[in-house]
Amino acid sequence: MLGKLDWAAIPFEEPIPLIAALVVFLGMVGLFAWVALKGWLPYLWREWITSVDHKRIGVMYIILAMLMLLRGFVDAIMMRTHQTATLFGEGYLPPDHYDQIFSAHGTIMIFFASMPFMIGLMNFVVPLQLGVRDVAFPTLNSVGFWLTASGALLVNLSLVIGEFARTGWLPYAPLSELEYSPGVGVDYYLWAIQISGVGTLVTGVNLVTTILKMRAPGMGYLRMPIFCWTSLASCMLIVAAFPILTATLAMLTLDRYLGFHFFTNTAGGNPMMFVNLIWAWGHPEVYILVLPAFGLFSEIFSTFSSKPLFGYRSMVAATLFICVVSFTVWLHHFFTMGAGADVNAAFGIATSVIAVGTGVKIYNWMFTMYGGRIRFDTPMLWALGFITTFTVGGMTGVLLAVPAADFVLHNSMFLVAHFHNVIISGVLFGAFAGYTFWFPKAFGFRLHEGWGKAAFWFTLVGFILVFVPLYVVGLQGMTRRLQSIPVDGWAPSLLVALFGVAVMIAGAACQVIQLFVSIRQRDSLRDETGDPWDGRSLEWSTPSPPPAFNFARLPHVEDEEPYWNIKQRAIEGQPPEVPESYQPIEMPKNSPTGFVSAFFATLIGFALIWHIWWLAILGMIGAYATFVVFAWRDEAEYEIPASEVERVDRERLETRQAWYKRREEHA
Amino acid sequence: MSGAAGSSTLPSDISARSGEHDPYRVGRHGGHGHGSTGSGAVGPASRYVTVTYGFWIFLLSDIIMFSAFFAGYAVLSGATAGGPTGRELFELPRVAIQTGLLLTSSFTCGLGSLASHRRDMAWTQIWLLVTGVLGAAFLVLEVQEFAAMIDEGAGPTRSAFLSSFFALVGCHGLHVGLGLLWLGTMMAQLWLKGFRDDILRRLHCFNLFWHALDIVWVAIFSLVYLLGASA
Repeated sequence: MLGKLDWAAIPFEEPIPLIAALVVFLGMVGLFAWVALKGWLPYLWREWITSVDHKRIGVMYIILAMLMLLRGFVDAIMMRTHQTATLFGEGYLPPDHYDQIFSAHGTIMIFFASMPFMIGLMNFVVPLQLGVRDVAFPTLNSVGFWLTASGALLVNLSLVIGEFARTGWLPYAPLSELEYSPGVGVDYYLWAIQISGVGTLVTGVNLVTTILKMRAPGMGYLRMPIFCWTSLASCMLIVAAFPILTATLAMLTLDRYLGFHFFTNTAGGNPMMFVNLIWAWGHPEVYILVLPAFGLFSEIFSTFSSKPLFGYRSMVAATLFICVVSFTVWLHHFFTMGAGADVNAAFGIATSVIAVGTGVKIYNWMFTMYGGRIRFDTPMLWALGFITTFTVGGMTGVLLAVPAADFVLHNSMFLVAHFHNVIISGVLFGAFAGYTFWFPKAFGFRLHEGWGKAAFWFTLVGFILVFVPLYVVGLQGMTRRLQSIPVDGWAPSLLVALFGVAVMIAGAACQVIQLFVSIRQRDSLRDETGDPWDGRSLEWSTPSPPPAFNFARLPHVEDEEPYWNIKQRAIEGQPPEVPESYQPIEMPKNSPTGFVSAFFATLIGFALIWHIWWLAILGMIGAYATFVVFAWRDEAEYEIPASEVERVDRERLETRQAWYKRREEHA
Repeated sequence: MSGAAGSSTLPSDISARSGEHDPYRVGRHGGHGHGSTGSGAVGPASRYVTVTYGFWIFLLSDIIMFSAFFAGYAVLSGATAGGPTGRELFELPRVAIQTGLLLTSSFTCGLGSLASHRRDMAWTQIWLLVTGVLGAAFLVLEVQEFAAMIDEGAGPTRSAFLSSFFALVGCHGLHVGLGLLWLGTMMAQLWLKGFRDDILRRLHCFNLFWHALDIVWVAIFSLVYLLGASA
């Protein structure tokens, strides 16, 4: 009846995950009860859960990402503290549990923290920057988000019911085969990633279509803001790379569930093929994460230097160069596999070459700042922290690209330090920079600067303190994923790294406090004008928060920085073009399709993990029914009357005029 | 910004018309400085274009997924582990019939599309039905082939070669099966709701999907069956 599921699945003998899960569970129940008692459930359902507004979905992605970021961070804290503790004793995590922790840390940070954060930012910003009202497929957008959330739920469920994979964040075969991983851990991984992978693919298709087919009149390709370009490149990589992940994990699933021999040691299976296939997705994945961050840093450097971006076209070229070359470097993840000197050399050179594209970007950012009037607001601090530390991380990457050096450094803590160095400074700093930068646009008030700056400095210093010592122990020969460390010589470095973790905790605490303080002081932090940073692209021409329809009339774009030029003309005293009449606007209707299909996807995933076949079939029938109900609906859109559009737009124009006037007088 | 007022030529002096004399516009003023480059002059595309374009992008991603299975097959096709080879297993006559059925179903699918352009309900339904029947017949032959192989002890668990064969061909078969489910649902919808814009868009997407499956099948037919039977 319940497949493999019984009471033994709940780890009563391991108090840490059980207590942690209990706390989280009680927290969720408490939150739900509080929301229900306040009578907010209908509002939540109507305005958020069923929303197909790209801005709301973007915000929900980021909330999910932040929660998962905290979860992944707790895993990281446990790993650092445990490893350091084993210098003096046994530590507190048995090997079996420690392996699950580092696997969960990587899986959660990549798939459920970094990805949703970047996708959330793209979702929120791209249509606004393109000057359009929504993405190409609004309901599919909601489906994508909820499927991602479903995957995240499954991963977290593994904490209490059963176990998580002990194979690392990429379940290398044959370790992940049934013979060596007989438990449900790898199955949790497989179904969680497959479900959220469908969500990611859907979002990629959606945003590529949006960017290529839906832009404001006059916005040719070379007039798109650079963030739209990098989002396009990132989403094209999603479309081209995620199917490989889907296929690879499907093969592993067939091996585990039906006794196939793709990656087994026996019957001709080829475990090395798994490593090749997974990295043919995995390396582009790195750029899927970092390209949007490059784009938003470009926006931030330009905005806070009060200058147009330097070398816009070379930036576009470098982005597309990285996009293509990212598919030709995957083998550098396993130089030691034994492909031979020639193959290794070819991939080593390709890996060094891809750094050129990033180098172009670094110089463009520096020249953007050169001669500019730089303002050191929090987003700019994150950007500056990024450009300094990312360059170091990039250079250690070029070092690892040399096959001969890689034979020494492969799977060492040096490698761990390298990829954390690039991914924290690139993706995480990018996420925080984008979050601070666009927060006022989303909610109508800024985040508190003081706490933001404190968060930045703690995070930056903590980050350096953690990972510089890890480079050192890596060079001293410490390999990654060690459950117990019997070497006294590594103690000084590991203790410094532990201290760094404490500093990073302070940084994370500052972020949380910043959010609370900002909400409490929202009246004094209010963004009245919709343009709090003296921005340059079209999203800043809307009020904060933007109305559901974004733009009362689609803007006409005449150059690369349409909003900047409108603004300058207005400041010089030129009267704005006020439309004589407004048209009613049709917007997509809300739909519970995303939420309901994710509910069934979770059921299917859970049932397949535990071999509860009838439940899986039930889930599939439910998912199909959801699809049919959605396809059957007669009205997909609702109308916003012209009078409402006019009211919103007139209000926007009046605040703007008053603001321009103030600026003119001030000047 | 306008703090640096007057005629200062400092680089930070960016004004409304800085576009013309901004010294930092390196590479931004190339041959396409006037008029917009790329498409975009006319604003967002129509719903029909957007939907079908998006579906094209999805199909490309689907074909990449197939290419991963093809790559797996290419790597493992020699790994028979002492078991039967493609030469011993593949029956080309059956595969030829399957190919004929699937290609014909693509043709009738196209006829259905033409009938829908004429808003001819009866013929649209008939051609879609024929498409579905041909697709189902294809699937029956495939299931028979699989069952026969498993009976002979040449199932996917026998060797890595057979694993990759069953996964690749089965993945295509799964697509055909899901396509049939989609087709049936859409025929019912078309019957009840008529030629609505959104239904016509979906019909068009289904056409694209069905033709893409044909292309994948042609690759399977040539690379798996023909090469396998002759090797």
